[in-house]
Amino acid sequence: MWDYTDKVREHFLNPRNVGEIKDADAVGEVGSLACGDALKLYLKLDEKKERILDAKFQTFGCASAIASSSALTEMVKGKTLEQALHITNQEIADFLGGLPEEKMHCSVMGQEALEVAIAKYMGTEVKSRPHDKEHLEMEGAVVCKCFGITDLFLKKVIGANKLNTAEQVTHFTKAGGGCGGCVPKIKELIAEVIGGEPKEEYKRPEKLTNLRKMQLIQDTLEKEVRPLLWADGGDLELIDIAGVKVQIAFRKACAGCVSSGQTAKFVELKLREFVADNIIVEEVEG
Amino acid sequence: MKEIYLDNNATTKVDEAVFEEMRPYFCELYGNPSSMHFFGGQVQNKIDEARKRVAKLLGSLPEEIIFTSCGTESDNAAIRSALEVFPEKRHIITTRVEHPAVLTLCRNLAKRGYRVTELSVDGEGRLDLGELRKVIDNDTAIVSVMYANNETGVIFPVEEVGAIVKEKGALFHTDAVQAVGKIPMDMSKSTIDMLALSGHKLHAPKGVGAMYLRKGVSFRPFMVGGHQERSRRSGTENSASIIALGKACELAGQFMLDENTRVKAMRDRLEKEILARIPSVRVNGCQAERLPNTLSIAFEFVEGEGILLLLNEKGICASSGSACTSGSLEPSHVLRAMGVPFTCAHGSIRFSLSRFNTDEEIDLVIRELPPVITRLREMSPFGRDLLSSH
Repeated sequence: MWDYTDKVREHFLNPRNVGEIKDADAVGEVGSLACGDALKLYLKLDEKKERILDAKFQTFGCASAIASSSALTEMVKGKTLEQALHITNQEIADFLGGLPEEKMHCSVMGQEALEVAIAKYMGTEVKSRPHDKEHLEMEGAVVCKCFGITDLFLKKVIGANKLNTAEQVTHFTKAGGGCGGCVPKIKELIAEVIGGEPKEEYKRPEKLTNLRKMQLIQDTLEKEVRPLLWADGGDLELIDIAGVKVQIAFRKACAGCVSSGQTAKFVELKLREFVADNIIVEEVEG
Repeated sequence: MKEIYLDNNATTKVDEAVFEEMRPYFCELYGNPSSMHFFGGQVQNKIDEARKRVAKLLGSLPEEIIFTSCGTESDNAAIRSALEVFPEKRHIITTRVEHPAVLTLCRNLAKRGYRVTELSVDGEGRLDLGELRKVIDNDTAIVSVMYANNETGVIFPVEEVGAIVKEKGALFHTDAVQAVGKIPMDMSKSTIDMLALSGHKLHAPKGVGAMYLRKGVSFRPFMVGGHQERSRRSGTENSASIIALGKACELAGQFMLDENTRVKAMRDRLEKEILARIPSVRVNGCQAERLPNTLSIAFEFVEGEGILLLLNEKGICASSGSACTSGSLEPSHVLRAMGVPFTCAHGSIRFSLSRFNTDEEIDLVIRELPPVITRLREMSPFGRDLLSSH
């Protein structure tokens, strides 16, 4: 059964301001057919070009995408451009009495369309956009290839909504919801945003005795890997170290997780970064 | 508001006759079928009758039927057993469009070191038997290929698959949860070694299923502890539901013709009328052989969840292969495996009928659906040219 508030249902069944404005001052278009949702937002300004006089939308997407678009157009009417820019995705969700968490990306899409429309009108760029049909060269690096979402955009949404698990990031931005290949990278971004400024670049020791290497592997797992797994309710245990082979077993949510293969790869990357280039991580039952 | 239930591949109404059959086995005839006294013994007799009824529908021997708790259990039991029967074989073959009961299990087994091959399907959802011939080898322990797909209704050529499997000495399992009761079967002439069926897909209650296990095929149960079902599935029998499943199978046999004539005619009419009344629509798997009750149909430029919610307002219950309703972000694995374009996959709806549907209900859907699609297309930034041209 749909877990929508009455207000979401109402705005879906009777959406406000559907359609286009032929002589719109600002138009913002986000999303695509491939992504499964898309929104085109039209804004008409007053004579002084200060306040939003009218707003209309066209949306392809699920009920909450349509309701979010409807809510957004109601919220921006009468606001100055400056005021409109301060609307957050959370406020769009709040206007609707809340959205199920896995549908929060619909409110993010609304906020994004608004930002794009105003930026285009003002002749500025939105640096943190995930994707833009017109400007193929994007700012930032693409993290999620399935939905074409960049690190800059993810960091913005993680910070604004205080997200701390990869699952939440998927609910809010869709990133990681396709093949799941970028989930380790998303976890790093969360750590980066929550942890504040990026740490000084780590210098790896040149030569390692076996004993030192084992210590370093343990330290890296304790400080760099396990805290990120804990954030998702998972964990791992170091089972054995034989030469360059590091055997680990996944625990809690990681055990039996569909993307544990990705997680193992992530552990290997971390160990290669902090310990030695030739480390091989093996997942074992233990 | 009276519901119009067109989601019978999800679950079905318990037939009233089935309910009457099981009713006495809760408060009156509650004995344990394993007991020595007459009070339990009479339940055992009734379970034996149910076993014969299920066997009759499948064309098997009664002793080849094992009662389980659901289709998923039957699938799990069969595949896990095959791997224990052939401990030296490490290869499993299945398809990309299986139900999660099989697919998730196989993917978990892949993580435990098994080699798993997922056969692909073409744009109509059909298997390429050449691919199966290419990948099957002496290391293959089991091949699990569904009888008919739950989302599209596309029927797989299981007997041909089984013949190829037999040549290599592997076991052949089929998830026939959607097919039993809709397609006539005869296990006595079949290449199938193991088959899964589920009660609630054929008008029996939820929580009961069965597994067909060919006589002479080795079996290693994963539920152990008691002697029930000849020690092949331990645990006190869910007697009332098993008796219900027996009755449901008897009725399914009687209604098989109805399913393939009247129900099929309703499905065909629904399909034809939607295609005639709504532009830019495609039927998923339309070139393939399909179950008589299933219609998977894609409406371009709209998202499935919106369609379902608006139909829901009219009391029409259907389901969707779209991302938004499944709680995931990508359209169903079945439609993606078929290579259905994104423009269609997001707007795919499944109507699945049963013998309890009527022509009046189909008329109502044919009437209510076109304005729903038009309304959503008018809201969509895509495909608006499409509207003006019609």
